[in-house]
Amino acid sequence: MVHNRPWLTLVTHAILILGILILVFPIYVTFVASTRTVASILASPMPLWPGMEMVDNYLAALAGPSKSVGVSVGHMMLNSLIMALGIALGKIAISLTAAYAFVYFRFRFRTFFFWMIFVTLMLPVEVRIVPTVEVAAKLGLLDTHLGLILPLIASATATFLLRQFFMTLPNELCEAARVDGAGPYRFFIDILVPMSRTMIAALFVILFIYGWNQYLWPLLITTKESSYTMLIGIKRMLDVGEGQIEWNLVMASTILAIIPPVFVVVIMQKQFVKGLTETEK
Amino acid sequence: MATARLEGITKSFGDVEILHGIDCEIQNGEFIVILGPSGCGKSTLLRLIAGLEKITSGTIQIDDRIVNDLEPAERDIAMVFQTYALYPHMTIFNNMAYGLKIRKMSRAEIEKRVQKAAEILELTPLLKRKPKQLSGGQRQRVAMGRCIVREPKLFLFDEPLSNLDAKLRVQMRLEIRKLHHQLNITSIYVTHDQVEAMTLGDRLLVMDKGLTAQIGTPLDVYERPANIFVAGFIGSPSMNFMEAQLENDGRSIRISKNEALELPEKGLPEFNGKKVKVGLRPEHFIICDPKEAQINLVTDVVEKLGADTLVHGFSQESKIAMTARLDGIQHFNRDTVLPFRIQSNKLHIFDPDSGKRIN
Repeated sequence: MVHNRPWLTLVTHAILILGILILVFPIYVTFVASTRTVASILASPMPLWPGMEMVDNYLAALAGPSKSVGVSVGHMMLNSLIMALGIALGKIAISLTAAYAFVYFRFRFRTFFFWMIFVTLMLPVEVRIVPTVEVAAKLGLLDTHLGLILPLIASATATFLLRQFFMTLPNELCEAARVDGAGPYRFFIDILVPMSRTMIAALFVILFIYGWNQYLWPLLITTKESSYTMLIGIKRMLDVGEGQIEWNLVMASTILAIIPPVFVVVIMQKQFVKGLTETEK
Repeated sequence: MATARLEGITKSFGDVEILHGIDCEIQNGEFIVILGPSGCGKSTLLRLIAGLEKITSGTIQIDDRIVNDLEPAERDIAMVFQTYALYPHMTIFNNMAYGLKIRKMSRAEIEKRVQKAAEILELTPLLKRKPKQLSGGQRQRVAMGRCIVREPKLFLFDEPLSNLDAKLRVQMRLEIRKLHHQLNITSIYVTHDQVEAMTLGDRLLVMDKGLTAQIGTPLDVYERPANIFVAGFIGSPSMNFMEAQLENDGRSIRISKNEALELPEKGLPEFNGKKVKVGLRPEHFIICDPKEAQINLVTDVVEKLGADTLVHGFSQESKIAMTARLDGIQHFNRDTVLPFRIQSNKLHIFDPDSGKRIN
């Protein structure tokens, strides 16, 4: 499929650039809005070049409690960060140990348990969310970080992926470790986990973004403004009733909310691609 | 250095019995090669000795200790795996040191042992690399280094050379032999390659379908195979077999009306008149004067290998397929009749029912 035709190159590039423009445009508009005053955003037509109020808007969003939400964006970002990290790391830890058990240990009903976990993949969170809220409330987990993290901490997908990965590792590796005298714990820590590191990195990226973008669950589990996550906060900023929505601050918060996932993807990109495409054996 | 003893080893996976009772005594410093076709249970036997599988019945003894229920690490053995099984994320140094670290050996001692092993195996410049950056032969040496540093009682090899190319295999074979001379560690080596077996082993344990077919020195096994299986398995090209009958007071063997072989000395008078199976090694065919011919071979395919020539064909009268090996390069056309004489003391005679050797 490699042809040396200049017009073809031109057309393909044009299509790609068009695609990028379509994808980037809303984010650009968001950015522009975050650098202007409310009045200029609401002007018709809305200007499409950045304004002068960028520093003011971002400082206002980060530091001060906004009019509609009683806490600062900085505080909410911290909540989101704790939740996203908790979910990502927790899911990885649990999935690693679960997959380890499934692949390397023989116990009764092993296959049955595996399929039980696999079946939960078919049930979205929404299906079981009402009883989950009730349980969380009874355990006193409302408005706590633990409450944000715990119900989302098990991952069938990650368990499945890691299980498949472990199954591709040669069995002789495990036997060599046994001959070397490594018990199950040492084998896991010294050999299995380091060998899965690209896989773990890929999972971390996916799960961090998943955790960061949680909306429904934090909406239900948080009642106080101090425990709001970023996404809830942004939503609340829009619910001002009769008042004037602070579009400039909302947009600044939105841009701020995009930064951590982008940051994670950028720094882990190499490992991420490696983890999804190649396995080290 | 240690002795090892296997007594009545059986192994079943579910209802299927893979090993049906293996006995073997292994002397101090001996190099035992377990040889057999694939699926005969040789790797399983090694894994049982290593402790990676549990034996169903029997005893495994290393020195004076019965190790049946011990974990591999407690048996004081070291094993070289077919795929080397190096830890890919560790440097060569750490690969070799890992077992020692687990045993909580002091840093200085670990350093000393790894350096020494690396020197023996010429791995010193590679210690900081990862297995991925090494060639097949180097990885193989690391796998051996990992075993040497442990100073085990028993060295186990599971087809360690089968992943290497032919040239490297010959080279590594020599190195293993040298290493064994140098360290004199009792070793058990599993292979399906008979050249490896013949060159490396002090003694061979030939296995067939989960049973010991023969235990003996390589030459013993080659020159006096205990049964038809061993006779056919050892030697390449393999031995020629034909049905025959003993006659003339057990002094001669009749293959067909005009084809007969002579037995040396008194022959086998007690088997006179019995049907037997005769084995002839290809290299024992000697071209002779047509008048003295015992077997006339009609050539079919002639393979010139340089050092020798393999003549595939069939006997003129009985039409039995045979292969003869002749020295040097020889040119024969297809369908040439070659007169052959067989050295009488090189005949292998087996009972056709039990398959056991009778001469």
